[in-house]
Amino acid sequence: MNWITNYVRPRINSIFSRRETPDNLWTKCPECGTMLFHREVSENLNVCTNCDHHMHITPRARFEALFDGGIFTEVKVPASKPDPLQFRDQKKYPDRLKAAQKQTGESEAMLVACGEIGRTPIVAAAQDFSFMAGSMGMYVGNAIIAAAQEAVKLKRPLILFSAAGGARMQEGILSLMQMPRTTVAVQMLKEAGLPYIVVLTHPTTGGVTASYAMLGDVHIAEPNALICFAGPRVIEQTIREKLPEGFQRAEYLLDHGMLDRVTPRTQLRDELISITRMLLGQPPAIKGDLPAPKTDKTPPEAP
Amino acid sequence: MTHYMDFERPLAEIEGKAEELRALARTNEDMDVSAEAAALDSKAASLLTELYKSLTPWRKCQVARHPERPHCRDYIEALFTDFVPLAGDRNFADDHAVMGGLARFNDQPVVVIGHEKGSDTKSRIDRNFGMARPEGYRKAVRLMDLAGRFGLPVITLVDTPGAYPGKGAEERGQSEAIARSTEKCLQIGVPLVSVIIGEGGSGGAVAFATANRVAMLEHSVYSVITPEGCAAILWKDAEKMREAAEAMRLTAQDLRKLGVTDMTIPEPLGGAHRHPQETIKAVGAAIADMLKELSGKKPKALIDDRRRKFLEIGSKGIAA
Ligand SMILES: [Zn+2]
Repeated sequence: MNWITNYVRPRINSIFSRRETPDNLWTKCPECGTMLFHREVSENLNVCTNCDHHMHITPRARFEALFDGGIFTEVKVPASKPDPLQFRDQKKYPDRLKAAQKQTGESEAMLVACGEIGRTPIVAAAQDFSFMAGSMGMYVGNAIIAAAQEAVKLKRPLILFSAAGGARMQEGILSLMQMPRTTVAVQMLKEAGLPYIVVLTHPTTGGVTASYAMLGDVHIAEPNALICFAGPRVIEQTIREKLPEGFQRAEYLLDHGMLDRVTPRTQLRDELISITRMLLGQPPAIKGDLPAPKTDKTPPEAP
Repeated sequence: MTHYMDFERPLAEIEGKAEELRALARTNEDMDVSAEAAALDSKAASLLTELYKSLTPWRKCQVARHPERPHCRDYIEALFTDFVPLAGDRNFADDHAVMGGLARFNDQPVVVIGHEKGSDTKSRIDRNFGMARPEGYRKAVRLMDLAGRFGLPVITLVDTPGAYPGKGAEERGQSEAIARSTEKCLQIGVPLVSVIIGEGGSGGAVAFATANRVAMLEHSVYSVITPEGCAAILWKDAEKMREAAEAMRLTAQDLRKLGVTDMTIPEPLGGAHRHPQETIKAVGAAIADMLKELSGKKPKALIDDRRRKFLEIGSKGIAA
């Protein structure tokens, strides 16, 4: 950051915070309130350039930044039976699904892809928090199984980015059954002797944390990510006391031995390349070879 | 004294009246109430049949949580011999919400593990109402490991509102403990059979119920969240638990249809709490049947069987 941005930004803020700003140009950091150029934020992988707050990033935007040259091939996920319980709360489940599909342009809450990072072939899976809070249902389970099977078939490591509010409530018991199902997927990788690296992003909670997200060979979390089984509100209601600041955040879990590392998103790619190459017994990646692609596209972002 | 549930109020009135009459006759020798009392009894019996013929999902939740419903301890005492409780996770503590150990089932040595809710105020607090902390799951992992190494079948009895949502539990890695327990269930090369005897609450239940065969008592429930919790999230109103219970498909009957469970064990009329011994006997017979089906299978076949079972779950949906 140079003196110009430091000097100019406060003035821009004071002008723009008082009136409507066009969504496609400006993003307001939910943490520090700074108005940021959308393009600047997306180039920084949706990390606030002022306070380092990690905002949500879609799996597609993440993969474009992760894979060499932004190139990856999607792995097909076997479709699951739509609305298996014929669930209806205040809305019908298929209507909620359709709304999420329309809003995100994705078919479900997880994206699986093959590609190379630092010329290291990998399979990656990323959960989409913007799609019904990334919740785990049959599709997410199928996606993780497909990712593991693809990794085993191609003899590649699997890197999984978790992000979920928990179970897909509308799939009831079947969402719960994804805990053992995804655990079977992790076992396939382990038996094949392939690295399974989990990157826990904000938030990773409930049954997701209590299954595949906590069974990695290496656990890396993004800064300040909420990672828990029971959410803070549920705990506060149960024990009837206020929880300390930072409770269940990435740094707290690191202190309590549940994570290997807390790594900023902008440094993740290099770190993942180093780790996978070492676990696979490969020589170090050549620095400067195929730098991380610059995304100058604006990721579709919820307002 | 029987604990009546709200939907049993008319029944409580009739049974109460019959009881009163009989009490009166005991102090009043020349009173003959037998005909009247018998009439009330038969009225109560038909009402009971009527009530339990088609319990709504929410009523089943109430029955599953009934304080007099037989608990893990009752099953272990009645169905197993030589029970040697084994304690501790070798790391932090012994979690009293989970009991387990070595025992004989029909003379065969086994490992039995289950959630225990407690039966009076003191024991309920001691057992944390059947809500396990990480130590409980880690104890289970240790016992399953032991069973795996010595070739002993594992029997799990599931009865928990869910894993305990507490500060210490989170600090000590509740998620990881549950994940490891589920993983261990999938790894052991011995028969693993599970019975949901009351509440199968979320991840806390899966950690024990990732079994080769899963049976459920007729009025037990098994779900991803409590109906109250689901109602609070999706209806924004915890009082909509009846609607939520309906939508969630948490009954033994629906779970059988979905292929999540393998068998439903019928309960005596009026629920397990009215006839605990009969219920325990039926559960014992179901365990014996499930173990028999798996006997003679090689470790790898048992592991593969479990994996296949879970990978296939959910492909059909409820309509199938
Ligand atoms: Zn900021």
